[in-house]
Amino acid sequence: MEFEIEHAEALLSRAKALGASEGDIVAVEGESFSTQVRLGEVEKISSARGKRLGLRLFFGKRSAITSTSDLSETSLDRLLSDTCDLAKIAEEDDFSGLPSGEACANSFPELDTVDREIGALSIDEKIAMARQTEAAALAQDKRLSNSDGADFSHSYNERLYVASNGFHGRFEGSGVSLSVAPIATQDGKMQRDYWYSSKRKFKQLESAESIGITAAKRTLRRIGAKKVATQKVPVIFERETAASLLGHLASAVSGHTLYKGASFLQDQLGKQVAAKNISLYDDPTLPLALGSRPFDGEGLPSYKKMIVEQGILKSYLLDTYSGKKLGLPSTGNAVRGTGGPPSAGPSNFHLLPGDFSIEDLIRSVGSGLYVTELIGFGVNMTTGDYSRGASGIWIENGKLAYPVEELTIAGNLKEMFKQIDMIADDIDATKSIASSTLKISEMTVAGN
Amino acid sequence: MTASRSERPEQFFLEKYGLSTRSLESTLGRALGQRIDYADLYFEYQTSEFLSLEEGIVKKVSKDISQGVGVRAIAQEKTGFAYSDEITVDHLLSAAKTARYIAEDGAGREAVPVHQAASLSHNLYSVEKHPIEMPAAEKVALLQEVDRLARAYDPRIKKVMASFSSEQKIILIVTSKGLVVGDVLPLMRLNVSCIAEDGSNRQVGSFGGGGRSAFEFFFEATENDTTKKRYAHYVDEAARQAILNLSAIDAPAGAMEVVLGPGWPGILLHEAIGHGLEADFNRKSTSAFSGRLGERVASDLCTVIDDGTIPNRRGSLNCDDEGTPTRRTVLIEKGILKNYLQDRLNAEMMKMPLTGNGRRESYAHSPMPRMTNTFMLAGESDPGDIIRSVQKGIYAVSFGGGQVDITSGKFVFSASEAYLIENGKIGAPVKGATLIGNGPDVLTKVSMVGNDLSLDSGVGTCGKDGQSVPVGVGLPTIKISEITVGGTAA
Repeated sequence: MEFEIEHAEALLSRAKALGASEGDIVAVEGESFSTQVRLGEVEKISSARGKRLGLRLFFGKRSAITSTSDLSETSLDRLLSDTCDLAKIAEEDDFSGLPSGEACANSFPELDTVDREIGALSIDEKIAMARQTEAAALAQDKRLSNSDGADFSHSYNERLYVASNGFHGRFEGSGVSLSVAPIATQDGKMQRDYWYSSKRKFKQLESAESIGITAAKRTLRRIGAKKVATQKVPVIFERETAASLLGHLASAVSGHTLYKGASFLQDQLGKQVAAKNISLYDDPTLPLALGSRPFDGEGLPSYKKMIVEQGILKSYLLDTYSGKKLGLPSTGNAVRGTGGPPSAGPSNFHLLPGDFSIEDLIRSVGSGLYVTELIGFGVNMTTGDYSRGASGIWIENGKLAYPVEELTIAGNLKEMFKQIDMIADDIDATKSIASSTLKISEMTVAGN
Repeated sequence: MTASRSERPEQFFLEKYGLSTRSLESTLGRALGQRIDYADLYFEYQTSEFLSLEEGIVKKVSKDISQGVGVRAIAQEKTGFAYSDEITVDHLLSAAKTARYIAEDGAGREAVPVHQAASLSHNLYSVEKHPIEMPAAEKVALLQEVDRLARAYDPRIKKVMASFSSEQKIILIVTSKGLVVGDVLPLMRLNVSCIAEDGSNRQVGSFGGGGRSAFEFFFEATENDTTKKRYAHYVDEAARQAILNLSAIDAPAGAMEVVLGPGWPGILLHEAIGHGLEADFNRKSTSAFSGRLGERVASDLCTVIDDGTIPNRRGSLNCDDEGTPTRRTVLIEKGILKNYLQDRLNAEMMKMPLTGNGRRESYAHSPMPRMTNTFMLAGESDPGDIIRSVQKGIYAVSFGGGQVDITSGKFVFSASEAYLIENGKIGAPVKGATLIGNGPDVLTKVSMVGNDLSLDSGVGTCGKDGQSVPVGVGLPTIKISEITVGGTAA
């Protein structure tokens, strides 16, 4: 990294000389590569290197942040004077400030988040991976005659965090992903679906062949989709769509949503917020997982905590600021970019798997919806009202019967979490927000 | 640093980074290679500022400066792209070499001559003082006034969140066709959110606006009420919506008649039609609209336009991010599909004219076809008559976001303020609900179009392939004979 701890410390001590009481610096540097192949031809290659630095300064209870992609000396001089000027404009906030230096992490877990081998792959090998994935998909059926392309991409990021409370830490992470989106045509109608694998390391990736075959199956099963009548039925969320429900839960228990009074789980700590079979944790220390990090956005230690245990809300996700607002200590869930102050959010936020197979869930439904894709933004975090566009497969007599689309599913998240009556065992715990396939006993499905 | 009005973008970049016309020419030569058809450089220097208020105090104040250059090389349908956030000759040459890799090209060419900077065909946002140059103290004062007004609106308004964001983008585009064109773009937005509480019932209301205008825009009177300043109108709307939603009942579920109010509900066009008409999807035959030029895709009451040339609008541009002048493009005329939205690569491949819709989020992203301001022309119906014609349905006047599956054509958009219509009269407000339809046939079900076209207040941001760009939408009051409403009251 070009910008080192000593540069950060020097900048912070210059800020102190200008009257700043506290401050911190986030510096991020990274590189990425991606290639897209469509119908066997390379369509795009893109390669990038980038860096960014954010400086936050406190003048007593006032604070401001400036950030830039220009790390030259003149730029940093300006950054410093701009931050001082802006902080004087901000108003006093009694709850502002850094955590104490003693509270910060002094040892870091080994998280195995960096792929040291991907650099050895040539551009041609990367293109070949995308090509094989698409070819595997299109070979599955004649109706798969078009494609939105296959992508292979990887990235590497290094992050440095230095604060005037004495903390400094560094974190490196990589990501690799391979995906394909085949298109099937039948009777003049098109359907598209996709499959992907996204991991920390190349060797964790699902094979090109397997991604292609899964994508093809997912696309083919949508052919001939129709609408159904409006009705109340059980709804099974396939694990990818189930994870989006956990995402809503994570936002609802984030300290920043809560102290603003904008959560549907306001004042629910210690209360039943979900069915008894629901337990979920937040764990930033899982080796190889996408949400892992050795310390949080304020330098506080990473540790595993239960968020919901047997349906009872056990913990919020808090940073120092939202913790103070709610009268609680930080849970080490500060999330920090370069351009803004910390917020609070999940690391690896996982639902504990159930004892059932996906087939058990399907078999338990007389007539209902198996959701494979959700679209739209119809989620009201404050009230919990939920209404999203859905497509999937209709279940009849315990079997997947025929594809359906142009439906909405609606309910209220407060009730929906309490109505989860079966959880399968298919979680992929390398993802940051991950769930197994689950079933909600009743929702309104709107169609014809 | 911001560019003064007198300073031209080409001078700004050449002087600030010590580049010469000669270095641009040799970079283009390096990017071009023997088998490359086209190359371009996109220089960008963006300053953004953000202030937000909550709990009565302006807590967050931040500023960001981003600079960089994107280099792109195109060989037929292949694109090579690289960017650097350091603008130096060395970084330019190295990015150019990476971009050229796409054509498996061994060597670059000689320098490619570039012309003198072209003057822009439009001057759509000539603003005396860019909003970002206004003293931050005035923005703090505006946010405090917003807070005061919202709290005074109704004692049930318990929380007020307001934010002001402004940016200035200086761009310079240099292409292998010799084109050199630059622009300086202002943009600002004021947002207000209120939470109303009545016992344990809590509801949110939000409103905002802005555009490529001067700060004074917020202090001008609104179009409909000459005594009300724009910012005060935003506050009223956010607070009114939050209070209204306290009495909202469950939305109905199922297919029914829906009346969309004027303005922001134009997001319907953006999702149902606009994305599906972007040329990349049509060149690849992956859009539900592929191969349908000249066919009927809407009722003959519908004429839909994309227009990047409306002065001071959020979605407007003097030129697109490939240097093509923006223009007014008729997408659908009296129900017949007329045009796609093009960027350079797709127009070339499809042998169709450029439409000025090649846009990118920043230097770190490569251009693709995007919308600007997308709206439907006014019809002849009186909006009151449209409501009166509905026996049972809903009237939706404000929306959150929307999304579309380009290939199947299925799209959604979510109402944040809506009412039942019963026997031709507007009834109880209903909770937010998602509306879902099929892009290629939803406009064939438009059975009435009002005479009250209005554009949105200037808050739209469109996401595609991970890139966000500011856009506008507009709509007159319209009636759709049938669309599925995703409520819970079956």
